[in-house]
Amino acid sequence: MLHSLLSELPRFFGPYNLLFLAQAIGVTIALTIVGCGIGYNFGFALALLRVQRIIDIPPLRWSAIGFVELVRRLPFLVLLFLVMFGFQAGGYTLTGMAVACITIILRAAAIASETVRAGLESVHPNQWDAAATMNLSRLDQLRHVVLPQAWRVILPPAMIQFIQLLKATSIASQISVIELTYAGKIMNQKGFSATLSYGTVLILYYVLCLAVERVVRRMEKRLVLPQHH
Amino acid sequence: MSFLSITEIDASYGAVPVLRGVSLQVARGQVVGLIGPSGSGKSSVLRAITGLLRLTAGEVALDGSAVDYANPASLRALRDRVAIVFQQYNLFQNMTALANVTLAPILAKRRDHREVEAEAMALLEKVGLADHMRHYPRELSGGQQQRVAMARALALKPELLLLDEVTSALDPELVNEVLDTIGLLAADGMTMLIVSHEMAFIREVADQVVFMDEGRVVETGPPQHVLDHPCSERAQRFAAKILRRQWRPKTP
Repeated sequence: MLHSLLSELPRFFGPYNLLFLAQAIGVTIALTIVGCGIGYNFGFALALLRVQRIIDIPPLRWSAIGFVELVRRLPFLVLLFLVMFGFQAGGYTLTGMAVACITIILRAAAIASETVRAGLESVHPNQWDAAATMNLSRLDQLRHVVLPQAWRVILPPAMIQFIQLLKATSIASQISVIELTYAGKIMNQKGFSATLSYGTVLILYYVLCLAVERVVRRMEKRLVLPQHH
Repeated sequence: MSFLSITEIDASYGAVPVLRGVSLQVARGQVVGLIGPSGSGKSSVLRAITGLLRLTAGEVALDGSAVDYANPASLRALRDRVAIVFQQYNLFQNMTALANVTLAPILAKRRDHREVEAEAMALLEKVGLADHMRHYPRELSGGQQQRVAMARALALKPELLLLDEVTSALDPELVNEVLDTIGLLAADGMTMLIVSHEMAFIREVADQVVFMDEGRVVETGPPQHVLDHPCSERAQRFAAKILRRQWRPKTP
């Protein structure tokens, strides 16, 4: 088996295939960055809607809770189909890439919302009290007092969730977006062995996650421990 | 006329009433001591004044005009003139002592950064923390933290200072350094409402003492009267207990 694998290698890593794989990696990275980039911001806003010290408008709070609870409980694949068929039913035809992005944004937002809320709630209420009695606006209370203390609780899970979402972008292969997982399938269909095709995909995901982890760890150190002088 | 006038206020935590018709007055330049057993509602009075605890009845008036806690502008106006120091200091954990003191004057009072910082340094020096300005709260002892909290409140130039059991979370040997600071303020003519268990201290600095029990004011008057010759039976029992608890040398 090793022998046949080795004999496949030169053709597998031909220039065209390398470009194809590189593009697929690009799509995976783009899905992750766009999805998390927009989704995390959206999730942050959702979290603020749920913290009564900042925004105390019950209907908004209930809507935010409803959205988060629903999206978190749906299997990712079902959410993907809901987005796709939802837009179709509304008369919009979106590209697979757009559907995948929206799905990941929704998912990332729901997850991040919980993480941010937990972080904000981890800060002792007396910090809010002190800032409020000193006439700091709600935004200033959040920005200068509570958030700086909440980051250390928010960031570690947010980073883990980022890596999980990176891997979960493979769900886009179900609607024929040529990201890393679907690229593996295509290579397999081209006649390369499954071992080689998916083995390459495995290694690429591994390297990608490892690289992200490295970057993330460095960022965490900077963001979480800047308080020593 | 009283600077702070509280009339018949009620407040509750959920279904549990904590204040039942509390009335008290603080005149300008006066130091009023608020005493009573734990759970009597002393701290709740201060939280109600600052708007951290919602009133269900009664009125708080500052400088002659009633405060409308439901109105953000009215509450802001009150908080602009009244500062509170908490039992647990509540220093901002993410900031140095100096930043704790300068934050609100810069953000809430929109004052010049440099001017505020110079004042803050002077205040920290005044409370004996000249060498600890760049330290974070967790690097300071309880007494030091509480003095930072005092400096932070004073930086707001309050017309009325509320002190909520500021020494009760401190080790006994640190109590005096904080009490000394308060004594200085009283000598400067600062208007203060002080919740404290330090009876000897209250006797020394307070012009008036208010004794509370079970959410009600039981007795009000000058310290000699309330502490030494209370009229009500409840205050008498409290005074007797407190006096018995005072430290005395051990007899073999």
